[in-house]
Amino acid sequence: MSDTQTTPSQTVGPFFAIGLPWEDGHLIVDEDVPEAFDVIGKVLDGAGEPVPDALIEVWQADPDGRFDHPADPRGAVAREGFRGFGRCPTDEGGRFRVRTVKPGPLPAEDGVQAPHLNVSVFCRGMLVRLVTRIYFADEPGNAEDPVLLSIPDPARRRTLIADPAPFGYRFDIHLQGDDETVFFDL
Amino acid sequence: MPAETERLAHYRPDPESHPPVSYPDYRSNIARAPKHPLVLLPQRLGEITGPLLGEERVGRDDHDLTVQHAEEPQGQRIVVSGKVKDGDGRPIPNTLVEIWQANAGGRYRHDLDRHPAPLDPNFSGVGRAMTNADGDYRFITIAPGAYPWKNHHNAWRPAHIHFSVFGTAFTQRLITQMYFPGDPLFDQDPIFNSARPAARRAMVADFDLDSTVPEWALGYRWDIVLRGSDPTPFEDEEDHDDE
Repeated sequence: MSDTQTTPSQTVGPFFAIGLPWEDGHLIVDEDVPEAFDVIGKVLDGAGEPVPDALIEVWQADPDGRFDHPADPRGAVAREGFRGFGRCPTDEGGRFRVRTVKPGPLPAEDGVQAPHLNVSVFCRGMLVRLVTRIYFADEPGNAEDPVLLSIPDPARRRTLIADPAPFGYRFDIHLQGDDETVFFDL
Repeated sequence: MPAETERLAHYRPDPESHPPVSYPDYRSNIARAPKHPLVLLPQRLGEITGPLLGEERVGRDDHDLTVQHAEEPQGQRIVVSGKVKDGDGRPIPNTLVEIWQANAGGRYRHDLDRHPAPLDPNFSGVGRAMTNADGDYRFITIAPGAYPWKNHHNAWRPAHIHFSVFGTAFTQRLITQMYFPGDPLFDQDPIFNSARPAARRAMVADFDLDSTVPEWALGYRWDIVLRGSDPTPFEDEEDHDDE
Protein backbone atom coordinates (compact mmCIF):
# COMPACT_ATOMS: atom_id res chain seq x y z
CA MET A 1 0.00 0.00 0.00
CA SER A 2 1.83 3.09 -1.21
CA ASP A 3 0.95 6.44 0.24
CA THR A 4 0.31 8.87 -2.58
CA GLN A 5 0.49 12.65 -2.42
CA THR A 6 -3.05 13.94 -2.11
CA THR A 7 -4.08 16.81 -4.33
CA PRO A 8 -4.00 20.10 -2.39
CA SER A 9 -7.14 22.11 -1.79
CA GLN A 10 -7.44 25.50 -3.51
CA THR A 11 -9.94 28.30 -3.12
CA VAL A 12 -13.34 28.01 -4.77
CA GLY A 13 -12.68 31.61 -5.92
CA PRO A 14 -15.20 34.35 -6.66
CA PHE A 15 -16.80 32.88 -9.78
CA PHE A 16 -17.94 29.37 -8.81
CA ALA A 17 -21.54 30.48 -9.24
CA ILE A 18 -21.22 29.93 -12.99
CA GLY A 19 -20.99 26.20 -12.39
CA LEU A 20 -21.57 24.80 -8.92
CA PRO A 21 -25.09 25.88 -7.93
CA TRP A 22 -27.92 23.55 -8.93
CA GLU A 23 -31.49 24.75 -9.28
CA ASP A 24 -32.66 22.14 -6.77
CA GLY A 25 -29.41 22.12 -4.82
CA HIS A 26 -30.89 23.47 -1.61
CA LEU A 27 -33.39 20.61 -1.41
CA ILE A 28 -31.96 18.00 0.96
CA VAL A 29 -35.48 16.59 0.91
CA ASP A 30 -38.21 17.07 -1.66
CA GLU A 31 -40.00 20.39 -1.27
CA ASP A 32 -43.33 18.76 -0.40
CA VAL A 33 -42.15 16.39 2.36
CA PRO A 34 -44.64 17.20 5.16
CA GLU A 35 -42.14 17.58 8.01
CA ALA A 36 -39.70 19.64 5.93
CA PHE A 37 -38.43 22.97 7.22
CA ASP A 38 -35.83 25.53 6.16
CA VAL A 39 -32.47 26.20 7.74
CA ILE A 40 -31.67 29.81 6.90
CA GLY A 41 -28.63 31.78 7.90
CA LYS A 42 -25.88 34.15 6.91
CA VAL A 43 -22.18 33.75 6.40
CA LEU A 44 -20.32 36.69 7.98
CA ASP A 45 -16.67 37.72 7.96
CA GLY A 46 -14.52 39.06 10.78
CA ALA A 47 -15.92 42.57 10.36
CA GLY A 48 -19.48 41.27 10.51
CA GLU A 49 -19.90 41.88 6.78
CA PRO A 50 -21.93 39.37 4.79
CA VAL A 51 -19.95 36.99 2.60
CA PRO A 52 -21.72 36.98 -0.77
CA ASP A 53 -19.46 34.42 -2.42
CA ALA A 54 -19.64 31.39 -0.14
CA LEU A 55 -20.99 27.94 -0.89
CA ILE A 56 -22.60 25.86 1.85
CA GLU A 57 -22.93 22.09 1.55
CA VAL A 58 -24.83 19.84 3.93
CA TRP A 59 -24.59 16.08 4.44
CA GLN A 60 -26.86 14.40 6.96
CA ALA A 61 -28.48 11.17 8.13
CA ASP A 62 -32.14 10.45 7.50
CA PRO A 63 -34.78 10.67 10.28
CA ASP A 64 -33.84 7.14 11.39
CA GLY A 65 -30.18 8.08 11.68
CA ARG A 66 -29.25 6.03 8.60
CA PHE A 67 -27.18 6.83 5.51
CA ASP A 68 -27.75 5.68 1.95
CA HIS A 69 -24.11 4.64 1.74
CA PRO A 70 -22.24 1.32 1.75
CA ALA A 71 -19.91 2.44 4.58
CA ASP A 72 -22.86 2.47 6.98
CA PRO A 73 -22.39 -0.93 8.70
CA ARG A 74 -26.15 -1.24 9.19
CA GLY A 75 -26.55 -1.23 5.39
CA ALA A 76 -27.36 1.51 2.89
CA VAL A 77 -30.97 2.65 3.04
CA ALA A 78 -32.59 4.78 0.36
CA ARG A 79 -35.56 6.81 1.55
CA GLU A 80 -38.25 8.26 -0.70
CA GLY A 81 -37.88 12.01 -1.15
CA PHE A 82 -34.66 12.14 0.87
CA ARG A 83 -31.28 13.04 -0.68
CA GLY A 84 -29.21 13.69 2.40
CA PHE A 85 -27.12 16.23 0.50
CA GLY A 86 -27.70 19.86 -0.33
CA ARG A 87 -25.71 22.85 -1.52
CA CYS A 88 -26.52 26.53 -1.60
CA PRO A 89 -24.48 29.57 -2.66
CA THR A 90 -24.88 32.67 -0.50
CA ASP A 91 -26.65 35.67 -2.02
CA GLU A 92 -25.53 39.31 -1.98
CA GLY A 93 -26.63 39.51 1.66
CA GLY A 94 -24.55 36.47 2.60
CA ARG A 95 -27.73 34.40 3.05
CA PHE A 96 -28.19 30.71 2.40
CA ARG A 97 -31.18 28.38 2.71
CA VAL A 98 -31.50 24.63 2.68
CA ARG A 99 -34.70 22.63 3.05
CA THR A 100 -34.51 19.48 5.11
CA VAL A 101 -35.89 17.29 7.90
CA LYS A 102 -34.27 16.50 11.22
CA PRO A 103 -31.85 13.61 11.07
CA GLY A 104 -32.11 10.91 13.71
CA PRO A 105 -29.53 10.47 16.45
CA LEU A 106 -26.36 8.64 15.37
CA PRO A 107 -24.59 5.79 17.11
CA ALA A 108 -20.92 6.26 17.95
CA GLU A 109 -18.32 4.44 19.99
CA ASP A 110 -18.27 7.25 22.51
CA GLY A 111 -21.99 7.77 23.01
CA VAL A 112 -24.99 8.83 20.96
CA GLN A 113 -24.59 11.84 18.69
CA ALA A 114 -27.51 14.25 18.81
CA PRO A 115 -29.23 15.06 15.51
CA HIS A 116 -26.97 17.30 13.46
CA LEU A 117 -26.06 18.37 9.95
CA ASN A 118 -22.49 18.08 8.64
CA VAL A 119 -21.60 21.34 6.92
CA SER A 120 -18.85 22.35 4.50
CA VAL A 121 -18.18 26.04 3.90
CA PHE A 122 -16.26 27.16 0.82
CA CYS A 123 -15.66 30.79 -0.07
CA ARG A 124 -13.41 33.21 -1.87
CA GLY A 125 -10.57 33.95 0.52
CA MET A 126 -10.47 30.47 2.06
CA LEU A 127 -7.99 28.03 0.57
CA VAL A 128 -9.44 25.02 2.36
CA ARG A 129 -12.93 23.84 3.14
CA LEU A 130 -14.20 24.77 6.59
CA VAL A 131 -16.16 22.02 8.33
CA THR A 132 -18.78 22.73 10.96
CA ARG A 133 -21.97 21.18 12.32
CA ILE A 134 -25.51 22.42 12.85
CA TYR A 135 -27.25 21.12 15.98
CA PHE A 136 -30.83 21.99 16.98
CA ALA A 137 -31.54 24.00 20.14
CA ASP A 138 -34.62 21.93 21.04
CA GLU A 139 -32.83 18.56 21.15
CA PRO A 140 -32.25 17.26 24.70
CA GLY A 141 -29.59 14.89 23.30
CA ASN A 142 -27.26 17.86 22.80
CA ALA A 143 -26.29 17.58 26.48
CA GLU A 144 -24.80 14.12 25.84
CA ASP A 145 -23.36 14.67 22.39
CA PRO A 146 -19.67 13.68 22.32
CA VAL A 147 -18.72 16.39 19.81
CA LEU A 148 -20.43 19.20 21.72
CA LEU A 149 -18.93 17.86 24.96
CA SER A 150 -15.47 18.00 23.39
CA ILE A 151 -15.76 21.79 23.27
CA PRO A 152 -15.16 23.01 26.82
CA ASP A 153 -16.19 26.67 26.40
CA PRO A 154 -20.01 26.91 26.46
CA ALA A 155 -19.96 30.10 24.38
CA ARG A 156 -17.99 28.35 21.66
CA ARG A 157 -20.26 25.30 21.87
CA ARG A 158 -23.26 27.58 21.42
CA THR A 159 -22.02 28.59 17.96
CA LEU A 160 -23.02 25.13 16.70
CA ILE A 161 -26.65 25.38 17.81
CA ALA A 162 -29.41 26.53 15.44
CA ASP A 163 -32.33 28.39 16.99
CA PRO A 164 -35.97 27.64 16.17
CA ALA A 165 -37.58 30.17 13.83
CA PRO A 166 -40.99 30.40 12.12
CA PHE A 167 -39.54 28.83 8.96
CA GLY A 168 -37.54 26.14 10.78
CA TYR A 169 -34.13 27.04 12.21
CA ARG A 170 -31.72 29.93 11.97
CA PHE A 171 -27.99 29.34 11.89
CA ASP A 172 -25.39 32.03 11.15
CA ILE A 173 -21.81 31.15 10.34
CA HIS A 174 -19.20 33.57 11.67
CA LEU A 175 -15.90 32.92 9.92
CA GLN A 176 -14.11 35.17 12.39
CA GLY A 177 -14.74 37.60 15.23
CA ASP A 178 -16.23 37.44 18.74
CA ASP A 179 -18.83 34.89 17.72
CA GLU A 180 -16.52 32.82 15.55
CA THR A 181 -18.16 29.51 14.72
CA VAL A 182 -16.40 26.31 15.79
CA PHE A 183 -14.72 24.69 12.80
CA PHE A 184 -13.39 21.17 12.82
CA ASP A 185 -10.22 19.39 11.85
CA LEU A 186 -11.56 16.28 10.19
CA MET B 1 -22.94 -1.20 18.78
CA PRO B 2 -19.19 -1.10 19.52
CA ALA B 3 -18.61 -4.16 17.34
CA GLU B 4 -20.19 -2.27 14.44
CA THR B 5 -18.42 1.00 14.88
CA GLU B 6 -15.01 -0.64 15.20
CA ARG B 7 -15.31 -1.68 11.58
CA LEU B 8 -15.65 1.86 10.29
CA ALA B 9 -13.04 3.11 7.86
CA HIS B 10 -10.64 5.81 8.96
CA TYR B 11 -9.31 8.40 6.55
CA ARG B 12 -5.71 9.43 7.07
CA PRO B 13 -4.97 13.13 7.62
CA ASP B 14 -3.05 14.89 4.86
CA PRO B 15 -1.77 18.12 6.43
CA GLU B 16 1.37 18.03 4.29
CA SER B 17 -0.74 18.67 1.24
CA HIS B 18 -3.24 21.42 1.89
CA PRO B 19 -2.79 25.15 2.39
CA PRO B 20 -3.07 26.45 5.95
CA VAL B 21 -6.34 27.95 7.18
CA SER B 22 -4.63 31.31 7.62
CA TYR B 23 -2.64 32.54 4.64
CA PRO B 24 -2.49 36.36 4.58
CA ASP B 25 -0.50 36.57 1.32
CA TYR B 26 -3.91 35.88 -0.22
CA ARG B 27 -5.47 39.17 0.83
CA SER B 28 -9.11 38.06 0.95
CA ASN B 29 -8.06 35.42 3.47
CA ILE B 30 -7.33 38.00 6.17
CA ALA B 31 -10.90 38.90 7.16
CA ARG B 32 -12.26 35.41 6.54
CA ALA B 33 -9.88 32.85 8.02
CA PRO B 34 -10.98 31.64 11.46
CA LYS B 35 -8.61 32.63 14.30
CA HIS B 36 -9.42 29.82 16.71
CA PRO B 37 -7.60 26.54 16.21
CA LEU B 38 -9.70 23.87 14.53
CA VAL B 39 -11.34 21.39 16.92
CA LEU B 40 -10.44 17.76 16.28
CA LEU B 41 -13.47 15.87 14.98
CA PRO B 42 -13.08 12.10 15.27
CA GLN B 43 -14.42 10.36 12.17
CA ARG B 44 -17.75 8.69 12.80
CA LEU B 45 -20.57 7.55 10.55
CA GLY B 46 -21.39 10.96 9.11
CA GLU B 47 -17.79 11.64 8.15
CA ILE B 48 -16.98 8.33 6.45
CA THR B 49 -20.16 8.43 4.38
CA GLY B 50 -20.98 11.08 1.82
CA PRO B 51 -23.18 11.91 -1.14
CA LEU B 52 -22.91 9.45 -4.03
CA LEU B 53 -24.20 11.69 -6.76
CA GLY B 54 -25.06 10.12 -10.06
CA GLU B 55 -25.70 10.58 -13.72
CA GLU B 56 -28.76 12.70 -12.97
CA ARG B 57 -26.39 15.62 -12.37
CA VAL B 58 -24.73 15.30 -15.79
CA GLY B 59 -26.24 16.35 -19.11
CA ARG B 60 -25.32 14.96 -22.52
CA ASP B 61 -22.86 17.69 -23.55
CA ASP B 62 -21.63 18.60 -20.08
CA HIS B 63 -18.20 16.98 -20.57
CA ASP B 64 -17.55 18.89 -23.81
CA LEU B 65 -17.32 22.66 -23.26
CA THR B 66 -16.78 23.25 -26.98
CA VAL B 67 -20.23 22.07 -28.15
CA GLN B 68 -22.55 23.82 -25.72
CA HIS B 69 -23.38 26.71 -28.05
CA ALA B 70 -24.23 27.40 -31.68
CA GLU B 71 -20.58 27.62 -32.66
CA GLU B 72 -17.23 26.57 -31.25
CA PRO B 73 -15.52 28.81 -28.69
CA GLN B 74 -12.35 30.75 -29.49
CA GLY B 75 -9.08 29.32 -28.21
CA GLN B 76 -6.79 26.32 -28.19
CA ARG B 77 -8.86 23.13 -28.05
CA ILE B 78 -7.62 20.75 -25.30
CA VAL B 79 -8.55 17.37 -23.87
CA VAL B 80 -8.15 17.14 -20.09
CA SER B 81 -8.35 13.63 -18.73
CA GLY B 82 -7.16 11.63 -15.75
CA LYS B 83 -8.09 9.40 -12.89
CA VAL B 84 -9.77 10.17 -9.60
CA LYS B 85 -8.22 7.91 -6.97
CA ASP B 86 -7.62 7.73 -3.25
CA GLY B 87 -4.35 8.06 -1.37
CA ASP B 88 -3.67 4.34 -1.80
CA GLY B 89 -4.01 4.54 -5.56
CA ARG B 90 -7.45 2.93 -5.65
CA PRO B 91 -9.57 4.38 -8.48
CA ILE B 92 -12.86 6.01 -7.48
CA PRO B 93 -15.47 4.95 -10.06
CA ASN B 94 -18.79 6.66 -10.82
CA THR B 95 -18.04 9.86 -8.97
CA LEU B 96 -19.07 13.35 -10.05
CA VAL B 97 -16.40 15.77 -11.32
CA GLU B 98 -17.42 19.41 -11.86
CA ILE B 99 -15.25 22.06 -13.52
CA TRP B 100 -15.45 25.76 -14.27
CA GLN B 101 -12.97 28.10 -15.93
CA ALA B 102 -12.25 31.39 -17.69
CA ASN B 103 -12.41 31.65 -21.48
CA ALA B 104 -9.38 31.90 -23.75
CA GLY B 105 -9.04 35.60 -22.95
CA GLY B 106 -9.04 35.04 -19.20
CA ARG B 107 -12.63 36.17 -18.60
CA TYR B 108 -15.30 34.29 -16.65
CA ARG B 109 -18.93 34.42 -17.66
CA HIS B 110 -19.81 35.97 -14.31
CA ASP B 111 -21.41 39.39 -13.69
CA LEU B 112 -18.72 40.40 -11.23
CA ASP B 113 -15.73 39.59 -13.44
CA ARG B 114 -14.42 43.05 -14.35
CA HIS B 115 -11.43 41.95 -16.43
CA PRO B 116 -11.72 43.94 -19.67
CA ALA B 117 -11.27 40.92 -21.93
CA PRO B 118 -14.07 39.90 -24.28
CA LEU B 119 -16.72 37.38 -23.32
CA ASP B 120 -17.10 34.55 -25.79
CA PRO B 121 -20.76 33.98 -26.75
CA ASN B 122 -19.86 30.36 -27.48
CA PHE B 123 -18.30 29.54 -24.15
CA SER B 124 -19.93 29.06 -20.75
CA GLY B 125 -16.88 27.58 -19.07
CA VAL B 126 -18.78 24.95 -17.08
CA GLY B 127 -18.45 21.16 -17.30
CA ARG B 128 -19.57 18.02 -15.49
CA ALA B 129 -18.67 14.38 -15.91
CA MET B 130 -18.81 11.08 -14.06
CA THR B 131 -15.71 8.93 -13.70
CA ASN B 132 -16.09 5.56 -15.41
CA ALA B 133 -15.66 2.13 -13.83
CA ASP B 134 -11.86 2.68 -13.79
CA GLY B 135 -12.11 6.10 -12.15
CA ASP B 136 -11.27 7.93 -15.38
CA TYR B 137 -12.78 11.27 -16.41
CA ARG B 138 -12.38 13.21 -19.66
CA PHE B 139 -13.28 16.77 -20.60
CA ILE B 140 -12.96 18.60 -23.91
CA THR B 141 -12.52 22.34 -23.49
CA ILE B 142 -10.32 25.26 -24.53
CA ALA B 143 -7.18 26.41 -22.75
CA PRO B 144 -8.19 29.09 -20.22
CA GLY B 145 -6.34 32.41 -20.29
CA ALA B 146 -4.42 33.95 -17.40
CA TYR B 147 -6.04 37.01 -15.86
CA PRO B 148 -5.13 39.93 -13.60
CA TRP B 149 -6.53 40.37 -10.11
CA LYS B 150 -6.02 42.94 -7.39
CA ASN B 151 -4.30 40.88 -4.71
CA HIS B 152 -1.04 42.81 -5.08
CA HIS B 153 0.57 45.08 -7.66
CA ASN B 154 0.56 43.47 -11.12
CA ALA B 155 -0.91 40.24 -9.80
CA TRP B 156 -1.90 37.60 -12.37
CA ARG B 157 -3.50 34.23 -11.84
CA PRO B 158 -1.79 31.45 -13.76
CA ALA B 159 -4.16 29.74 -16.20
CA HIS B 160 -6.21 27.15 -14.32
CA ILE B 161 -9.35 25.05 -14.34
CA HIS B 162 -11.37 24.76 -11.12
CA PHE B 163 -12.24 21.18 -10.12
CA SER B 164 -14.79 19.95 -7.59
CA VAL B 165 -14.82 16.28 -6.57
CA PHE B 166 -16.68 14.29 -3.91
CA GLY B 167 -15.03 10.90 -3.64
CA THR B 168 -17.07 8.52 -1.51
CA ALA B 169 -16.91 10.16 1.93
CA PHE B 170 -17.48 13.56 3.53
CA THR B 171 -13.81 13.42 4.55
CA GLN B 172 -12.73 13.30 0.89
CA ARG B 173 -14.60 16.34 -0.43
CA LEU B 174 -12.18 18.50 -2.41
CA ILE B 175 -12.30 21.72 -4.39
CA THR B 176 -9.04 22.53 -6.13
CA GLN B 177 -7.49 23.98 -9.29
CA MET B 178 -5.59 22.33 -12.12
CA TYR B 179 -2.67 24.27 -13.58
CA PHE B 180 -0.68 23.91 -16.79
CA PRO B 181 2.96 22.81 -16.92
CA GLY B 182 5.72 25.41 -17.04
CA ASP B 183 3.55 28.43 -16.31
CA PRO B 184 5.83 31.43 -15.63
CA LEU B 185 3.16 32.94 -13.37
CA PHE B 186 3.47 30.32 -10.60
CA ASP B 187 6.16 32.17 -8.63
CA GLN B 188 4.08 35.28 -8.00
CA ASP B 189 0.76 33.55 -7.32
CA PRO B 190 -0.13 33.25 -3.62
CA ILE B 191 -2.94 30.80 -4.31
CA PHE B 192 -0.70 28.29 -6.08
CA ASN B 193 2.02 28.78 -3.48
CA SER B 194 -0.37 28.38 -0.55
CA ALA B 195 -0.13 24.60 -1.02
CA ARG B 196 2.80 22.95 0.80
CA PRO B 197 5.90 23.03 -1.43
CA ALA B 198 6.10 19.28 -1.99
CA ALA B 199 2.44 19.15 -2.93
CA ARG B 200 2.32 21.98 -5.50
CA ARG B 201 3.44 19.69 -8.31
CA ALA B 202 0.29 17.61 -7.71
CA MET B 203 -1.81 20.52 -9.01
CA VAL B 204 0.02 20.73 -12.35
CA ALA B 205 -1.18 18.66 -15.30
CA ASP B 206 1.23 16.92 -17.68
CA PHE B 207 1.19 17.54 -21.38
CA ASP B 208 0.38 14.12 -22.85
CA LEU B 209 1.01 13.15 -26.44
CA ASP B 210 -0.97 9.92 -26.02
CA SER B 211 -4.20 11.73 -25.25
CA THR B 212 -3.47 14.44 -27.82
CA VAL B 213 -5.87 13.95 -30.73
CA PRO B 214 -4.02 14.26 -34.07
CA GLU B 215 -5.09 17.23 -36.20
CA TRP B 216 -7.51 18.34 -33.48
CA ALA B 217 -6.64 18.93 -29.79
CA LEU B 218 -3.74 18.91 -27.30
CA GLY B 219 -3.96 16.42 -24.47
CA TYR B 220 -3.31 17.07 -20.78
CA ARG B 221 -3.35 14.40 -18.09
CA TRP B 222 -4.17 15.18 -14.50
CA ASP B 223 -4.90 12.67 -11.74
CA ILE B 224 -6.79 13.80 -8.66
CA VAL B 225 -5.82 12.08 -5.43
CA LEU B 226 -8.23 12.16 -2.49
CA ARG B 227 -7.51 11.06 1.07
CA GLY B 228 -6.70 7.40 1.59
CA SER B 229 -8.24 5.27 4.31
CA ASP B 230 -6.68 2.82 6.69
CA PRO B 231 -8.00 -0.69 6.39
CA THR B 232 -10.45 -1.63 9.09
CA PRO B 233 -9.30 -4.45 11.36
CA PHE B 234 -11.78 -6.77 9.69
CA GLU B 235 -11.25 -5.81 6.08
CA ASP B 236 -9.10 -8.74 5.03
CA GLU B 237 -10.81 -11.39 7.10
CA GLU B 238 -13.36 -13.82 5.77
CA ASP B 239 -15.39 -13.91 8.95
CA HIS B 240 -16.86 -10.57 10.00
CA ASP B 241 -19.16 -12.02 12.61
CA ASP B 242 -17.27 -11.31 15.79
CA GLU B 243 -14.10 -9.91 17.25
